[in-house]
Amino acid sequence: MKSNKTTELMVGMFIAAGLAALFVLAMQVSNLSSFGNGDTYRVTARFENIGGLKVRSAVTVGGVRVGRVASIDYDSERFQAVVGLDLESKYDRFPEDTSAAIYTAGLLGEQYVALEPGGSEDVLKDGSQIELTQSALVLEKLISKFLFEKASEGDKK
Amino acid sequence: MLEFIRQLGRGGISQFAKLGRANLFMLKVLAGFPGLLRRPGLLVAQLWSVGVLSLMIIVVSGLFVGMVLGLQGYNTLVDFGAEESLGVAVALSIVRELGPVVTALLFAGRAGSALAAEIGLMKATEQLSGMEMMAVDPIHRVIAPRFLAGFISMPLLAAIFSAVGIYGGYFVGVALLGVDDGAYWSQMQAKVDLFDDILNGVIKSLVFGWVVTWIAVFEGYDAIPTSEGVSRATTRTVVYAAFAVLGLDFVLTALMFGD
Repeated sequence: MKSNKTTELMVGMFIAAGLAALFVLAMQVSNLSSFGNGDTYRVTARFENIGGLKVRSAVTVGGVRVGRVASIDYDSERFQAVVGLDLESKYDRFPEDTSAAIYTAGLLGEQYVALEPGGSEDVLKDGSQIELTQSALVLEKLISKFLFEKASEGDKK
Repeated sequence: MLEFIRQLGRGGISQFAKLGRANLFMLKVLAGFPGLLRRPGLLVAQLWSVGVLSLMIIVVSGLFVGMVLGLQGYNTLVDFGAEESLGVAVALSIVRELGPVVTALLFAGRAGSALAAEIGLMKATEQLSGMEMMAVDPIHRVIAPRFLAGFISMPLLAAIFSAVGIYGGYFVGVALLGVDDGAYWSQMQAKVDLFDDILNGVIKSLVFGWVVTWIAVFEGYDAIPTSEGVSRATTRTVVYAAFAVLGLDFVLTALMFGD
């Protein structure tokens, strides 16, 4: 075996390298960097149908990520999905009549919530509710609607 | 016929006895840990031979596994025009599965066999009995530092393997095959979860480290003290460790990702 000091040095370097690798995995590979750095405020939105939206999906305005989906619940009295959105505090100027829609990134990609600012003077605050919402597009519904219309067109002829 | 059944029974009993010995042995090793605090030099020496000397094979294997995944993943994904997802495919398969499992298999081959052979030879040359004669407990002095060194080294090696592998995939995918640099990392960061994926990978490697080192030191300690016995113990170490790692991997995967 090598002299004691060399051994200790190499072992120290080995442990440091292992911890550094873990650090790289955490910072570079995982979603740690997108975790709630900074304060957020919570607004809710009600949707008829949220499609494949998941907790931690993105919330964007004009394509810029401003927050993430914090919670998804179902209101069994109004038969609606209640989605809690955590928006970063530095984006605190959204008008009260901002609308929310669920879109899909790409044809088969993930679903996300897109906000569209309105024109009101008052702004969204912690606990506010977004009134104007647009549900996710469900492909089957769309296809059946299309087929139904085609069929009724055929009847007229 | 009766003889056959009797042999079956004898085999079963001896297997159970061995399992019991292994568990008692584990308890004694755990009892030896506090003593290591007073003599950290023993642990450092073992970390050197178990961990540092395994670094080379781990880094090289991790690099090539990552590169192969990059190549294969690219060829499959490019048909769907989804080569931007290469980062996710490489990172998830390495962090969840290949990192812990391949590292554990290599670790069993590189460090586990060495541990078993070393301890078995110590027993065969009566060094362990000699220690007992000098009122030094060989389990505390010889086994405990080796076990702890293996248990510490394995997760570190697995983390190094994963990180190097992801950069290997990056090298092939981005530098050679022309996947977009930003897409490789950003898709990976969007899909890989710190707790669900990386922490579970680390838990896997901790379990594997425990089991592989346990099998290695026990097989060495339990070896028949002849040259043939030592060679058998070494072989059994690698075979049992591989079985245990692959079997446990399925169980752990089912528990972690199975919902």
